[in-house]
Amino acid sequence: MTRRTGAIVLGVVVLIGALLVGLLAGPVHIAPADAMRWLLSFGRRPSGLSEQQATILADLRLPRVIVAGIVGAALSASGAAYQAVFRNPLADPYLLGAAAGAGLGATLAVTFGPSSAFAFAVPLAAFLGALAGVGLAYGLGRSGVGGRSTTSLILGGVAVASFLTAAQTLIQQQRSETLRQVYSWILGRLGTAGWDDVRIALPSVAIAVTILWLCRRLLDVIEVGELEAESLGLHVARLRLVVVVAASLATAAAVSVAGLIGFVGIIIPHGVRLLAGSSYRQVLPLSVLFGASFLILVDVVARTAVAPAEIPIGVITAFLGAPFFLLALRRSGRRTA
Amino acid sequence: MKHRFVGGLAAVLLLLVSCSEDTTPPAAPASPSPAAGVEYPVTLDTPNGPLTIEGRPERIVSLSPTGTEMLFAIGAGDQVVAVDDQSNYPDDVPTTDLSGYEPNVEAIASYDPDLVVYATEPGDLGSSLEGLGIRALLQPAAVELQDVYGQITQLGEATDHTTEAADVVDGMKEDITGIVADASGGGEGVTFYHELDDTYYSVTSSTFTGQLYAMLGLDNIADEAKGAGGGYPQLSAEYIIDADPDLIFLADTKCCGQSPDTVSQRPGWDGIGAVERGDVVPLDEDVAQRWGPRVVEFLRRIAEAVDGASAEAA
Repeated sequence: MTRRTGAIVLGVVVLIGALLVGLLAGPVHIAPADAMRWLLSFGRRPSGLSEQQATILADLRLPRVIVAGIVGAALSASGAAYQAVFRNPLADPYLLGAAAGAGLGATLAVTFGPSSAFAFAVPLAAFLGALAGVGLAYGLGRSGVGGRSTTSLILGGVAVASFLTAAQTLIQQQRSETLRQVYSWILGRLGTAGWDDVRIALPSVAIAVTILWLCRRLLDVIEVGELEAESLGLHVARLRLVVVVAASLATAAAVSVAGLIGFVGIIIPHGVRLLAGSSYRQVLPLSVLFGASFLILVDVVARTAVAPAEIPIGVITAFLGAPFFLLALRRSGRRTA
Repeated sequence: MKHRFVGGLAAVLLLLVSCSEDTTPPAAPASPSPAAGVEYPVTLDTPNGPLTIEGRPERIVSLSPTGTEMLFAIGAGDQVVAVDDQSNYPDDVPTTDLSGYEPNVEAIASYDPDLVVYATEPGDLGSSLEGLGIRALLQPAAVELQDVYGQITQLGEATDHTTEAADVVDGMKEDITGIVADASGGGEGVTFYHELDDTYYSVTSSTFTGQLYAMLGLDNIADEAKGAGGGYPQLSAEYIIDADPDLIFLADTKCCGQSPDTVSQRPGWDGIGAVERGDVVPLDEDVAQRWGPRVVEFLRRIAEAVDGASAEAA
């Protein structure tokens, strides 16, 4: 077995392990043997399991684990893709104003949306907001000086993000009664994840990740350098647009069901590079596998550490992520030095 | 906002006119009998230290919905010129767009107040107002019922309504004793879940809200999570389903659009006893989260729900 396939196999094994841990762990005790029998009989209730326990497994834990997996995979893959096209190791999925756009969209929905339709209005508004944020940043960055440089795109992202965040703060300040809901959304939420969220997020994430995966070889070329890529006949600007659109689609879908969960898009791609080298043929599929496993396991911590209470998942990823961010910074510093 | 303000003023004027039919024109507000009057200056104990009020305040600004409810309950309503954007009870309060969360000193000063009542100190509101020569009375959210009585009594002293304040406090105590006596332990062994928002934040028995439930002997499922969230833990959905509470109280009907209907549609929740039997009780958040005179109303609502639930069980 080559090192490459070895890493993929490891990724698959870890993901299966994470799925099982996610399903078996929780504040309500369910005998692992019964839960396994339930799983192996595809949801038919074995004798040892009460109806309520079966409901908990089928309607709460399983969809929650799957949503965590989808979100983790989406954020990691789009983080890796952003790092390639912007040739910046610290780029993350929220770089181009996706987070700020989603935040504004969610705030608008919470504030002005019909209260009866919160469950659908907030994810939809966050999704559209994230796409609009990135669209604005992209348009602004391209129209700037030297429309082709990544720097102007990133600056466009910074400008759009501050603007949208300001707009969000203004609305929040005007309607302080919505503060609590917006805040709880921003901290990231998997506590209410259900099959509806799987249905909302899965299609976009699947499409986006497939597109990124198809681009994996081109990402390797572009990382060498834009001029070199152009000299090989590659349309760098067009490729960048495709990748940004796909990564933003994945990010928007993740944000719409889980709120803002930081640092996943940085920790995972960098961890994967340490494990299997920096070729995107490896980094992309491994980011999907390990990203999914990572967020599933973090969510297990979120719901068991202080059970029966929960810790907001975004807080845990930030705890883990901030030190890792510094590590990545040091490594990238050494590489360029 | 303007309309309500004008409407509020009109209502106050109307009251004054009707009170003074056979006496002088309504030039001065009707004051209570001199015997009950407070002798100014009066010094009050506040979290910011002693506060001396020189004379009967006639232009009060309240930045706290709870404070507003207390002021109107003790009959000081006609001394109130402006209340914050969250104050909406009683109906005729002079609501303005002043914010209690992010107060603007200049905007407050523009009402030329002689007393400002507020509940949250965002930093230096008190000292800024004092700097302008405006008395600022801080009354933070109550921790227990005794605090509510203390705050009402204090507002009575501050506004020259000591008798009415004492009446309100006595009335509350009497009502609460009555409700608890009527319940006569009917809540013993009844479990409940009090929901603060649609991500399952709740209250433990150490909080003000939790204490009210405990007075009726109810068992709080959130007490299992005592360690987390400083009295306001976020519960796991599967834990709530497993705990199978007899009663569910929704204090998130306005903020988050929740109702017995939306609760029954949550995945896995239809198996909870309270949901099956229709014992999901929507609350008015304003009543449940303002710890003032309407605490009695909130407690009565809980007692009724307990009554209904045990009647079904019998």
